[in-house]
Amino acid sequence: MTASAPMAAPGAGSNASTAAFRRVAESKTFAILVVVLAIIAIWYAFTVYLNAPWQLDTYRRDGQEWTAMQLARDTMAQERPVLPSPHQVVAEIWKTTVDVRPSSKRSLVYHGWITLSSTLLGFVIGTALGILLAVSIVHNRAMDKSVMPWVIASQTIPILAIAPMIIVVLNAIGLSGLLPKALISTYLSFFPVVVGMVKGFRSPEAIQLDLMRTYNASTSQTFWKLRWPSALPYLFTSMKVAVAISLVGAIVGEMPTGAVAGLGARLLAGSYYGQTVQIWAALFAAAAMAAVLVALVGIGQRLALARMGARP
Amino acid sequence: MSMQASPSPQGGGERNARASVVEASGLGLTFQTNDGPVQALSNVDLAIGKGEFVSFIGPSGCGKTTFLRVIADLESPTSGTVRVNGMSPEEARRKRAYGYVFQAAGLYPWRTIERNVALPLEIMGYPKQEQRERIKRTLDLVNLTGFEKKYPWQLSGGMQQRASIARALAFDADLLLMDEPFGALDEIVRDHLNEQLLELWKRTDKTICFVTHSIPEAVYLSTRIVVMSPRPGRVTDVIESTLPRERPLGIRESPEFLAIAHRVREGLRAGHSYE
Amino acid sequence: MSGILLGALLFWACAWALNEWLVRQKPASPAIKRLIGILVPAIFGITILVIWEGIVRGFNVPTVLLPPPSMIWTRLVSSLPTLWADFRQTFLKAVLIGYAIGCLAGFVVAIVIDRSPFLQRGLLPLGNFVSALPIVGVAPIMVMWFGFDWPSKAAVVIVMTFFPMLVNTVQGLASASPIDRDLMRTYAASYWQTLFKLRLPAAAPFIFNALKINSTLALIGAIVAEFFGTPIVGMGFRISTEVGRMNIDMVWAEIAVAALAGSVFYGVVTLVERVATFWHPSVRGGRA
Repeated sequence: MTASAPMAAPGAGSNASTAAFRRVAESKTFAILVVVLAIIAIWYAFTVYLNAPWQLDTYRRDGQEWTAMQLARDTMAQERPVLPSPHQVVAEIWKTTVDVRPSSKRSLVYHGWITLSSTLLGFVIGTALGILLAVSIVHNRAMDKSVMPWVIASQTIPILAIAPMIIVVLNAIGLSGLLPKALISTYLSFFPVVVGMVKGFRSPEAIQLDLMRTYNASTSQTFWKLRWPSALPYLFTSMKVAVAISLVGAIVGEMPTGAVAGLGARLLAGSYYGQTVQIWAALFAAAAMAAVLVALVGIGQRLALARMGARP
Repeated sequence: MSMQASPSPQGGGERNARASVVEASGLGLTFQTNDGPVQALSNVDLAIGKGEFVSFIGPSGCGKTTFLRVIADLESPTSGTVRVNGMSPEEARRKRAYGYVFQAAGLYPWRTIERNVALPLEIMGYPKQEQRERIKRTLDLVNLTGFEKKYPWQLSGGMQQRASIARALAFDADLLLMDEPFGALDEIVRDHLNEQLLELWKRTDKTICFVTHSIPEAVYLSTRIVVMSPRPGRVTDVIESTLPRERPLGIRESPEFLAIAHRVREGLRAGHSYE
Repeated sequence: MSGILLGALLFWACAWALNEWLVRQKPASPAIKRLIGILVPAIFGITILVIWEGIVRGFNVPTVLLPPPSMIWTRLVSSLPTLWADFRQTFLKAVLIGYAIGCLAGFVVAIVIDRSPFLQRGLLPLGNFVSALPIVGVAPIMVMWFGFDWPSKAAVVIVMTFFPMLVNTVQGLASASPIDRDLMRTYAASYWQTLFKLRLPAAAPFIFNALKINSTLALIGAIVAEFFGTPIVGMGFRISTEVGRMNIDMVWAEIAVAALAGSVFYGVVTLVERVATFWHPSVRGGRA
């Protein structure tokens, strides 16, 4: 019979609140929040610092007296700043999304939709083709040995570099607008899906495949009952990569046609005409789109895997 | 009550005469887990003298590994005290008072066997010439001479564990802490290594604390067996071994051996280890 | 010229049959196995080229749309000085310098935040988030800040390579097992001793993973960044201008150079990886 050892007793009463405070301080969300706030603060500091030279020049030219407060305020509201302030970018985004009709050519929603549509189309086709090719690679040795090395090698090649060529060539034969950009996105999202799905289809352990053989299961039964469910996690991981790179492809694909429509076009136009804030707004819109797309795939991943009994 | 009467009449006095390497008094450790507090150790009183070979045996959760880790300053007790070489475990660790052998060999795959054994020597700043001598000596002790330039993956599991023991012997530490070092090996290799370990102990005269869950291993190797039980983790029996120091493997079928093993089993049953 | 087309199709059929036969061979010697391993995709690649040539010539496809391989080859050989100048501008300057700085910065920051679990908790999710964003979009901003020449392209490469390196290094530094770290504690090893003797070697596979990913990202970043504006030399520049002039064979020649540069760069990093992480199961061939 042993007496239980006394637990170390902290100060009475403050126990619950200090534990809660510690839980928050050690949580990931808190850390991310602090880092994001720090980044925004540093951004503001740099805004003033980088925009100050031009601002000071302006004061000198106009013979204007200036105070620190005024300098700070003015640097954050320049027309063509070196670095726009965060609220400037937010204001520009607001101006071009909420204050403008979505169908107008000045609306970020309009441009965003153009980019999004080719991204999604390319992504869907690329994923479908990628899965098909992965299936044939896993089931046919000749395909595996001849095509797979090229798929892997292609990951080292800067495929994005051929985007302008594809656009121009397809325009020349009459295909313009959505389809050529979607084809670029297809091509880009195809490869991660092939590589990921080949790994996924091959992921079942040897003992699982042996078990299927003892059941005399046909190839298609083994595929649908074993290979496909095993490959689902890999599918979602590759789809996250594919959707992000599909977006990049759509953006780059919008540039060669003289930058008419789409987020990539806005980036290029802003660059040509020195519209700094426009560039940043378009960049943020693209970043937000990428984040949302990847998050959507993530949600799909969690739903699909939960139905398969995966641990949360 | 944490310690029962040991069969040796001179037990207490003998131990006090030898220097105590490890002294635990009222030692307790409670972990705060998501499912509530877990008492890994509760009210452990134990003194380990120099040159002893003490085995700790019990099922999982009985605190044997936790006790070893407290001695090694890898865990901190929540109550009671423990002294190692007369110091706190932290000071003893800073003074490199012990060598630790883990359940897995934990050799670095990017280093050869001899560079693996050299690891503690490098960290503790031994001169190069002395390093070479010590490596040669310890590899010889564990019968791995000739394998210096091999990489861990080129060795069998038993040989890797021997290299791990050599690494723990390479520097001057009189205390050896071993946490189920042979648990992952098959029985035949294990018998062989048990013999070699006893040989090693005789030649180096270290104090060894050995955690195991194998009753024959505990009885075969030790001068003293500490039987522990879980929920809460505590000592249920301390058995002084009456076996002679010379122990061929055949001793494991002798009546004396079986009697001690029986007593260990009784201790485990008393601690509800089998439920 | 349907003769060429027929010849190409025939070649395809024979090559396919040859490959099907080759993959069914079970040679005893590993050297022959490796030879077959290289031969099969090589035959496939050559077949693609032959079919390409056959279709373009056979169907009289306008060469401004899709030039045949033979024409690309002639253009490549005759434009070596231009291609070399472009390569020097894009690869040797923007890519290599940006890659070196970006990877080094990512590595250093990972070590700096290593001692702060708080910063790791905050920065790592951010790093993963940024990796999914279209970072090439910062190219016009970099051009505004650093001018038209290669430094702005190197800046884009730095931004693109920084985060994968940071995330992978942090993951690698965390990969040492608890037993390894306990062992270091029993030796009373200092933080730096543990870092250099245990955690950095253990992190090597992760670091090289990032170095390989970054080798591709760097090249893509530099070329695409040049689409946004560059002086009159550079691989991206050449591609976009020759596209505008409809000299598609020159574009393909430039792409061939880019493909070669990309695969050689990746191959070199892989070779270094093999030497530095010779001990890792994936490099050793999977034996535990």
